[in-house]
Amino acid sequence: MATAAAHHEEHPGGLTRWLFTTNHKDIGTLYLWFAFIMFFVGGAMAMVIRAELFQPGMQMVEPHFFNQMTTVHALVMIFGGVMPAFVGLANWQIPMMIGAPDMALPRMNNWSFWLLPPAATLLIMSLFMPGGGPAAGWTIYPPLSTQGGMGMDFAILTIHMLGFSSILGSMNIIATILNMRAPGMTLMKMPLFVWTWLITAFLLLAAIPVLAGAVTMLLTDRHFGTSFFDAAGGGDPVMFQHVFWFFGHPEVYILVLPAFGVFSQIIPTFARKPLFGYSSMVFATATIAFLSFIVWAHHMYTVGMPMAGELFFMYSTMLIAVPTGVKVFNWIATMWRGSMTFETPMLYAIAGVFLFTIGGLSGLMLAITPADFQYHDTYFVVAHFHYVIFAGSVLALMGAAYFWLPKWTGHMYNERLGKLHFWLTTISFNVTFFPQHFLGLAGMPRRIPDYALQFTEFNQISSIGAFVLGLSQLLFLYIVVQTIKGGKQATDRVWEGAEGLEWTVPSPAPYHTFATAPQVK
Amino acid sequence: MRSNTRIATILTVVAIAMFGFGYALVPLYDLICDITGLNGKTGRVDAASVQAAEVDQSRWITVEFTGHTTSGLPWVFRPLQKKMRVHPGETAVANYYVRNNTDETITGQAVPSVVPGRAAPYFKKIECFCFSQQTLAPREAKEMPVRFVVDAKISQRVDTITLSYAFFNTDKASAKKYGGDPMAVNHDGHHVHAHQAAPDG
Repeated sequence: MATAAAHHEEHPGGLTRWLFTTNHKDIGTLYLWFAFIMFFVGGAMAMVIRAELFQPGMQMVEPHFFNQMTTVHALVMIFGGVMPAFVGLANWQIPMMIGAPDMALPRMNNWSFWLLPPAATLLIMSLFMPGGGPAAGWTIYPPLSTQGGMGMDFAILTIHMLGFSSILGSMNIIATILNMRAPGMTLMKMPLFVWTWLITAFLLLAAIPVLAGAVTMLLTDRHFGTSFFDAAGGGDPVMFQHVFWFFGHPEVYILVLPAFGVFSQIIPTFARKPLFGYSSMVFATATIAFLSFIVWAHHMYTVGMPMAGELFFMYSTMLIAVPTGVKVFNWIATMWRGSMTFETPMLYAIAGVFLFTIGGLSGLMLAITPADFQYHDTYFVVAHFHYVIFAGSVLALMGAAYFWLPKWTGHMYNERLGKLHFWLTTISFNVTFFPQHFLGLAGMPRRIPDYALQFTEFNQISSIGAFVLGLSQLLFLYIVVQTIKGGKQATDRVWEGAEGLEWTVPSPAPYHTFATAPQVK
Repeated sequence: MRSNTRIATILTVVAIAMFGFGYALVPLYDLICDITGLNGKTGRVDAASVQAAEVDQSRWITVEFTGHTTSGLPWVFRPLQKKMRVHPGETAVANYYVRNNTDETITGQAVPSVVPGRAAPYFKKIECFCFSQQTLAPREAKEMPVRFVVDAKISQRVDTITLSYAFFNTDKASAKKYGGDPMAVNHDGHHVHAHQAAPDG
């Protein structure tokens, strides 16, 4: 360890620095840029979807291409955008937050990142194959997904590679957190972002292999004569839904728990108060993680389950509102009588909590089995999951970027532009997705390129919101690049109320930090 | 950093075990469906146990029949009666008609399903063409019986049961030949439809 201090700031330059790097900060940067690019790729696909839905009837694209867009948009955003972005944050922040010199398994860290670009290439390539890309929705239910051209095989192999990357990444994060904490950093002293990531990593480790199994079964059904989901050979298509959602529900918490961690870092900083109810936050996170494995069938109430099954999944799903409520009340209690200021990260955190709670409430509506029969596969569901994934995860990611960017680059971002980006994003987000609740309740089905005339107005509002939302992100890109290139020198602590080890190192954070472990009291 | 390697090894084992668990879910779900009759999986009983069962003369249950072939099986397949009324506990026979429209010997498998799902555990088949694969010689036609009994313990709220069959071609190569291969893509990138590819019989 002591020898690492002698390395100074030296690292290879050029492309090889990024190809062969084992430095957690370099890899974190790679992850974040990769996610940012995927965010724009997936966003462009969302623009195609909203452009087609601007008017009833067929305007821009073929229905089959529209289906590819909804499918690949989701896959890109979930597996290429949100997940790598949080792994990037974990790479940058976890070692600095627990006082470790690097991740526990640095070479594996390099590999888990470099699996991503080929996987993303494979997924984008699928769109150019004969028969097009995957068009069965991101949930790739058979029998539709056992049909179709080779685009589906590309998607399956993409999922395998992204899954491998996630599993390796989560193993690394667990090993780092369990083994590399500075002396005195007990588990219950860890920053909440580290806690939520520890629990998320276990979720990934348990859920992703099940998805890998499900898509492998799909692949062998398609090409190697097995009949897991093929009724002709004694299989059952509904089986896929069970196996898929056994992964799929933990997956949504994989996307959102690190966001809870980010909120729990930002809110105390700008409320200038310690986080309210730290240990209840930890236990609430663990409870959500456990419950996520016993609620999967609430995604498939309409497949014809017996009453006992519907009731079990309804009650267990509604139970999740309890630990989630604990978290929301703790964040509010943290802000209560705090000396709050509203810099861009804080705005993102508050908006994230508020809008995520709206998504949580529509989730509660969907959890009610008899009501879900009406909402199932409508735009209400689309509105719901964008309120939790965009408002929960993506707003948290943007908040985290503004929060830690001064530490990463050594420069303050432009506060005026940051606030402008915030207001553009949150207002256009609500304009885009709030009307979709009404569309869903009125019966507009999801994943259909055309709709009945009475849905026109709300769809036009939604599309205009989406175009503004998409364009606003170019401003985000501009702000990030501007901050990297220059700006006001950031102090080591950056924020007046900032607490934690990462704020004790200089800004920008040197290439090697905590070569000598700090003592945590 | 030996303990890092140890943790990584343990976690690798966990990941591999979860991959296996994904596969284990398949028989587990089947087992649960068989025990509980969920998912329309119907019970199979032998004739002797049915003889002993009591017939509830006070109730009538309407049993409806339907059936279809999937693309890739160029057979005609239909029930010979649309519906029949039976007493719970009474053994009844329904017949289906099937004809091979091609000049080839083809083997098919019928997969049954019963709705409503809560009636499925009480709908018991004593004899069924779906218990085994059916092979038809070129242009052969035949009638196939289903002998069944509706358990007298069935809920009072059920008065109609629908029995449905999907008939599949068991040979994937043959199914592909008759248009059942959904992966078949013609030069325009459009999917080949079953009715275009199957020779008219």
